[in-house]
Amino acid sequence: MANTYELISSVSVGILGQTSIAFTSIPSTYTDLSLSFSLRGSQIGGGRDQLNIALNGSSSNFSGTAVYGEDGGTGSGAYTTRIAYFCGDGNTANTFGSGNLYIPNYAGSGYKSISTNSVTENNSSATYDLWMYSTLWSNTAAITSITLTPNNGPNFMQYSSAYLYGVKNA
Amino acid sequence: MPNPTRIEIDCSTGIESIIELTDAEVAELTYQAELAAEKKAEEDAKAASDATAKAALLVKLGITADEAKLLLA
Repeated sequence: MANTYELISSVSVGILGQTSIAFTSIPSTYTDLSLSFSLRGSQIGGGRDQLNIALNGSSSNFSGTAVYGEDGGTGSGAYTTRIAYFCGDGNTANTFGSGNLYIPNYAGSGYKSISTNSVTENNSSATYDLWMYSTLWSNTAAITSITLTPNNGPNFMQYSSAYLYGVKNA
Repeated sequence: MPNPTRIEIDCSTGIESIIELTDAEVAELTYQAELAAEKKAEEDAKAASDATAKAALLVKLGITADEAKLLLA
């Protein structure tokens, strides 16, 4: 069980927005990685947006499942690089989607598992998303970079932020 | 007009870089946005069509939506 938490790096998006957020040269000195995010996308028409992940610059060999509550309904589905939902510019003004992803043994030589939870803070009982994803990256390389990209985008809007933590078990 | 940018944080140095997308990356971004918009339009059209069919069925059955829920509970 992890008993130390250390901030590795963080980012806050400026007024121009950014098409992706990437943490690179992640040190291999921790046991696990934890990434917390608060995001709002520039997508207007569709409201909320989905978050995609790439590891070490790759978006291949991902597989996963999710369970969700959305707009009064519930369900499940199979996904690849999609790991979360967050608010788009069609949602209530100034609301963000928040979530956390956790990658145990990210520097190990086995395949990498990722668990993610996310919620859209939309101030609405009719339009919302609660998602929990479990994802497998079938790659044995140590993770040295994580890239987050909006599925529809094109931008993460101002005040979107992400915090990458290293976790040690001793 | 400059291309959109992406942000990259080097965790070993803490240096944050704002990098302008290449023309090829912008083209890919535009293509993906168009695909997403098409998919969204299809989903919206299907939702509208389903809602219309549902309303027509309720009329045909002569019951309200609440009564239909009661039947299915």
